[in-house]
Amino acid sequence: MNSTSSTAAQSQPPSRLANHFQTIFNSLVNTVAIPLTGISVFLMIWAAGAQSIDTSLGAFPGPAAVYQQFGKLYLEHNAERAKADAFYQRQEQRNNQRLDVDPDYTVKVRSYTGKETFADQIATSLVTVISGFLLAAFIAIPLGIAVGLSKTLNAAINPIVQIFKPVSPLAWLPLVTMVVSAVYVSPDPLLAKSFLTSMITVTLCCLWPMVINTSVGVAAIDSDLVNVSRVLRLSALTHVQKIVLPAAMPMIFTGMRLSLGIAWMVLIAAEMLAQSPGLGKFVWDEFQNGSSSSLSRIMAAVIVIGFIGFLLDRGMLQIQRLASWDKNSAAR
Amino acid sequence: MSTILDITGVDMAFPTPQGDFTALKGFNLKINKGEFVSLIGHSGCGKSTVLNIVAGLYQATTGGVILNGKEVTEPGPERAVVFQNHSLLPWLSAYQNVELAVKQVFGKRKNKQQTRDWIEYNLRLVHMDHAMHKRPNEISGGMKQRVGIARALAMQPDVLLMDEPFGALDALTRAHMQDSLMEIQHELNNTVIMITHDVDEAVLLSDRIVMMTNGPAATIGEILDINLERPRDRLALANDPEYTRLRAEVLKFLYEKQRKVETIHDKKNTKSQPLNGSEQAA
Repeated sequence: MNSTSSTAAQSQPPSRLANHFQTIFNSLVNTVAIPLTGISVFLMIWAAGAQSIDTSLGAFPGPAAVYQQFGKLYLEHNAERAKADAFYQRQEQRNNQRLDVDPDYTVKVRSYTGKETFADQIATSLVTVISGFLLAAFIAIPLGIAVGLSKTLNAAINPIVQIFKPVSPLAWLPLVTMVVSAVYVSPDPLLAKSFLTSMITVTLCCLWPMVINTSVGVAAIDSDLVNVSRVLRLSALTHVQKIVLPAAMPMIFTGMRLSLGIAWMVLIAAEMLAQSPGLGKFVWDEFQNGSSSSLSRIMAAVIVIGFIGFLLDRGMLQIQRLASWDKNSAAR
Repeated sequence: MSTILDITGVDMAFPTPQGDFTALKGFNLKINKGEFVSLIGHSGCGKSTVLNIVAGLYQATTGGVILNGKEVTEPGPERAVVFQNHSLLPWLSAYQNVELAVKQVFGKRKNKQQTRDWIEYNLRLVHMDHAMHKRPNEISGGMKQRVGIARALAMQPDVLLMDEPFGALDALTRAHMQDSLMEIQHELNNTVIMITHDVDEAVLLSDRIVMMTNGPAATIGEILDINLERPRDRLALANDPEYTRLRAEVLKFLYEKQRKVETIHDKKNTKSQPLNGSEQAA
């Protein structure tokens, strides 16, 4: 009797339990196992392919070489930081000594001028891309709203946008460089010229997708919602604030994500071309350097550039989820 | 009863590439305070055009609308509109949708507490107080339309304009909404102009039914006074001979005097004839 009841108890729940495990297993396979397999296959092909490519700078780096290089880049960064710290310590000591001897001495503080490390270049590029993007958003979103609201303004501005949109921002770069050099003259500049040049180039390429998407989003507002606003006699400002902005929000974010993606790609190229500090310069310097580890260092930079681009897009998506009422449009 | 709304000699022509299209010609109507008027007619006869002119969303080509002794030149909250597809702002909750209207119309004339009470009162009126803080995409079509009505009522309009308010709802929900509307009307005694396609709805709700001729150059065909006693009950009316007579009057106007349906029949006949011919040939 005992044995029959136990078999009955076993035969029922296990099927349900097994089902449960089956679904967990399936989702694990889909979210973890399959992507991991994809990555490992890619790494294997890369490793195998790398061995058979010989360049004048040695064999093409495989995954292992690039991994090692990440460690080296990290150590170099730490070493450079230690040097900088030592420099500032020495400077302070020296200044204190001179103050002890002569209390009227005006202290001179000089900043450390050592080589920028990989981490410094990443930080520079990130700051540049974000400032350029924000500047563009600051111009493009109000402009896009105005263009979307006014057919006249749209007719006036649309041809200009259409002409400038397909221009590679790199074509702008020489012009921007010269204009920045000519206009931004200051004996003690707050921002480096190279930073301004990169940032403005990024801004120029960010503008158009944001203007276009914002204006399309604004122009496509349901006419009934516009009528609601007219019946309520909302002022122009309240109309934009309460009706236009929220209604166009999904399209504005689409434009911003497009822009940010383009901005990151363009920035790296601009840094390479203009030799302004950043990841692009790191890549170009390594290429010019031509040591046996150059290729693996460039490959490490490539991977970092990809990761940052991915994170920027995810970050934008996250902001969209927080800011936009339309959760469906933020799903992708 | 005094005339609150006076529509006089209204013509409406829309410019098209082929010349002007005259939608309305010589439309005259006086509406008394507290009256419930339905506009009925076939699709495309210019019912919505009349409503949009009263709302101020369109400007009449000639003639005009006078409300409370003042000419209508632009839209305004004293002529609140209930749109066919609710037109709630999808990013705001039911409460916030009504709040936007209340804050805009009353502004500083109501303090915080009064504003909140007034919003909640109107939502209670349409039986939406249980789902005040839901967004439009979280509530059903009927509920959305209820909020749309609450928003319009909250503006305390002189005239409430309703453009096929229940047209997009299923029959049961529509009946519910009609009963609700009668209840609210009993309590507030608003002046209402409602566009409808539904003969029963028109007879059940209205004090007068304005029947429009077919466009182009549509105008008023007949006006039918509905002197059924209020409050009205749809079940009791179903067997009321007066109700049946009024219903028949509207149907007669729509399907005998304005025979728009006939032309559709003709088209069908002409379409089916060649088919018969080919069958015979085969």
